[in-house]
Amino acid sequence: MLKNLCKKMFPRSLWVYHANSGGCNGCDIEVLNVLTPYYDAERFGIKLVGSPRHADVMLCQGPASRATAKALKRAYEAMPAPKLVFAIGSCACGGGIWYDTYNVIGPVEKVIPVSYYIPGCPPRPEAILYGVAVALGLVDKKVSPVQLKQVELPIPNYHPEDLIGKGEMVVYKKMDHV
Amino acid sequence: MSLSSKIKEVILCLNAGRVTLPYPFEVKPVPERFRGRPIFNAEKCIGCAGCANNCPAREILVFDPCQEVRIIKYIGRRCTYCGRCADVCPEGAITMSKEFENSTGNIQDIQQTLEIFMGTCQRCGRCYSGQGPLEALMMKGYRFDNMDKDRWVYQSEAYLDKEPAVKDIDLELD
Repeated sequence: MLKNLCKKMFPRSLWVYHANSGGCNGCDIEVLNVLTPYYDAERFGIKLVGSPRHADVMLCQGPASRATAKALKRAYEAMPAPKLVFAIGSCACGGGIWYDTYNVIGPVEKVIPVSYYIPGCPPRPEAILYGVAVALGLVDKKVSPVQLKQVELPIPNYHPEDLIGKGEMVVYKKMDHV
Repeated sequence: MSLSSKIKEVILCLNAGRVTLPYPFEVKPVPERFRGRPIFNAEKCIGCAGCANNCPAREILVFDPCQEVRIIKYIGRRCTYCGRCADVCPEGAITMSKEFENSTGNIQDIQQTLEIFMGTCQRCGRCYSGQGPLEALMMKGYRFDNMDKDRWVYQSEAYLDKEPAVKDIDLELD
């Protein structure tokens, strides 16, 4: 009975492990800010734990660098099976400003599978909470891909044989080769 | 610890009240100078690709699939929201919005794609530039005979009314 009551009281409470693989500590500070009373993340059952073996969620900050990629993968493999990975910040989402330097492999999704992305440099504590709320299903996500056009393709003067219809859109066939 | 200090602490805690924000259910407005996601306006964009040249994260890509269409793609994965693209845009087509709730399960959700029609010259088929910065300033000419007449050098009609230059050339040819 107590077990059922606990299940009702704390539905899907997430224990998070905080992994930094070469970031600048900006996102770390924002993550710690989420756990303060002001943005109390323990309302949602979020608790910071010290070991990946106890965790359900890994919060990744910083790009996967050449030195830390192996450790990141080991930490991911140590987590028990239903696991989520949050990429927090521009570095973890896309590799950061220094994405093309010799010691940066790229975004963390090149090493471990990422389930939720929270872009921002650093993201606000509210944005991190919003990402967690999206993962828990409390709110809906707001962004969607945008495509804006000034004129309608095709323009028949130029290579009309390369324009192919794809549903409602008209796609230029050679666009990927340009 | 004495009992009085305990009581003091309890009073302090009771006076503080509730400080936690009810965040995902009620949104507090962001600070005034906050820079969120850049929003692109396809109507104002002239396709100069200055944003792509200035982006420090190289997240704005330019494709030219054919002569008259230019595609500007903002991918936004490693965008640091520095606002340089909005600073450099001559037409003010990029605005830094206050949207920070960009978290998604699919990273392609924050992409923005612009298809811009590039006006081309009827003769050579290349894109032509509009009024340049010097012409926008209405620079006066450096020729001494233009100073008092208050004419602009780039306006070709300025020479037509008195046509001294043409006559000079004619005399020389004779």
